[in-house]
Amino acid sequence: MDFTLSKEHQMLRTLFRDFAENEVKPLAEELDEEERFPVETVEKMKKYGFLGIPFPKEYGGQGCDTLAYIMCVEELSRVCATTGVIVSAHTSLGSNPIKQFGTEEQKQKYLVPLAKGEKLGAFGLTEAGAGTDASGQQTKALLEGDHYVLNGTKIFITNAGYADTYIIFAMTDKAKGNHGISAFIVEKDFPGFSVGKKERKMGIRGSATAELIMENCIVPKENLLGKEGQGFKIAMATLDGGRIGIAAQALGIAEGAFSETVAYVKERKQFGKPLAKFQNTQFVLADLKARIDAAQLLVYRAAIAKDTQERFSVESATAKLVAAETAMEVTTKCVQLMGGYGYTREYPVERMMRDAKITEIYEGTSEVQRMVISGAVLK
Amino acid sequence: MNIVVCIKQVPDTNEVKLDPKTGTLIREGVPSIINPDDKAGLEAALRLKDSMGAKVSVLSMGPPQADVALREALAMGADEAILITDRAFGGADTWATSSTLASAVKKLPFDLIITGRQAIDGDTAQVGPQIAEHLHLPNISYAEEIKVEGDSIIVKRQYEDRYHIIKAKMPCLITALAELNEPRYMTPMGIWDAYHEKEVKIWTLEDLDVDRANIGLKGSPTRVWKSFTKPLKAAGTVVNTDVQDSVEFLMDSLRSKFVL
Repeated sequence: MDFTLSKEHQMLRTLFRDFAENEVKPLAEELDEEERFPVETVEKMKKYGFLGIPFPKEYGGQGCDTLAYIMCVEELSRVCATTGVIVSAHTSLGSNPIKQFGTEEQKQKYLVPLAKGEKLGAFGLTEAGAGTDASGQQTKALLEGDHYVLNGTKIFITNAGYADTYIIFAMTDKAKGNHGISAFIVEKDFPGFSVGKKERKMGIRGSATAELIMENCIVPKENLLGKEGQGFKIAMATLDGGRIGIAAQALGIAEGAFSETVAYVKERKQFGKPLAKFQNTQFVLADLKARIDAAQLLVYRAAIAKDTQERFSVESATAKLVAAETAMEVTTKCVQLMGGYGYTREYPVERMMRDAKITEIYEGTSEVQRMVISGAVLK
Repeated sequence: MNIVVCIKQVPDTNEVKLDPKTGTLIREGVPSIINPDDKAGLEAALRLKDSMGAKVSVLSMGPPQADVALREALAMGADEAILITDRAFGGADTWATSSTLASAVKKLPFDLIITGRQAIDGDTAQVGPQIAEHLHLPNISYAEEIKVEGDSIIVKRQYEDRYHIIKAKMPCLITALAELNEPRYMTPMGIWDAYHEKEVKIWTLEDLDVDRANIGLKGSPTRVWKSFTKPLKAAGTVVNTDVQDSVEFLMDSLRSKFVL
């Protein structure tokens, strides 16, 4: 067992951190304040290959491993969780299912431009009545000759409105329950497809979160992903991978808040000495650092498991559960250590605390992760 | 077109801290970087490659750890990387360094040699021009703009209160300023390939045709009488906005440094 990062991963860290500090951090406050999607950052990330890190070169990707991609999400989220989730949703949710389940034609047509970053991807599973219980899908797909007709509404879709292709789940056979769900690759310009209401959120406010509306949306038969009835399996497999991305986002948020707070407590004086000289500060920071390190090991373990193991649901659930709860605890305690200033928008930790909360909710709530873990333990 | 770029791995002086008791630099744990002027020289070479096609070879003389700087150059887009390393080269001053580098450059095809103006850990600005002298080549220093015209190179050369436009026939050597350009980021693929597909060639004393009297500590005529740390001075920021915005910028900066 080797806990040292390889030289290439160390260099990747340098790259991602430099990019995050120079290109992403200066925008973070404004994106949050104005609820603005960072199109200019997406353009830069396309130029430098950040939108196809774990995909093979023959499909337009960078040919790196999952750990490389995870470190990118971690470093981006360290300064801006909005930017982190754009990459995570695009890569894990919008592109990976095509790599894993797509035909060669689908990979050439859709994965190549996604991996090159020429197109942005998204994923539509959640509905008003189907959140944690994904089997409650109301969106229907009916085969009519050479195409399917989709009807229904998806909600809370990350990258909605900015993505070019969406992996959409719909019932092709209601009677079969989970086994009646199918997955489709839907282009934003397909007839009958539109983007609905945009959500106003507590955190990750620069990330676009909106409804997708399909009204007699025509999807060519060849855009069925996998086979009819395989949708639930595709969704669950995709989320196993996606959770590692969100775990990395949570880890990055925790690291970012921690680093801001360490700098602050060395400068801020009370009772004639810097906060860092008080034992309460020292002990709280020690506890937070220990939790961050533990979370990082779990997140990296899950990333490596995705590349080396056939099943990695438990590793991925464990990483997300611990990283998300670490992000919430670390950011909350960092605000506390910084006191009144921590609560103001003059410092980024209040934003990080608001951003952290979503990591306990999306791509499987912490409760869902506990179900996955305990299911394996009690099997 | 063949371009040879010479780079040096240096400690990142932005990260260097002073020992409050002794006043000396704490080098331990300080990350190493490609010297900024050299990195701008590499970027200039890569831009020529992008615009007109060129093979970019990168040379560095240093200890085995300098491998990282060369991999970074490969990850930015250089075609070939060579590390010149041997215990015999240790302790070299600028004369011994330039003698060694010149003998390495001679082994490669080249139309243009680019070095940085000077390294942030030594500030001599001598190695580049000395390489040109060893190779009997024209040398243009302080390049802040570079253009290729036929078989010539046209360089805007920075001067204290003006600039010179200098044209030289290739082959020649230019020394680059960090202000020349904004170096590109590496790409994940570039990094991956730098470690998995490409190699850093190692040249030792045996590989070079160099007079042994001109290398390493023994071949270095320079005797250091005293070395001192330059007084630390942060880079200034010029704000060109109206009064209101400038004042806000200033107040924000002071607040972020906890001055206010």
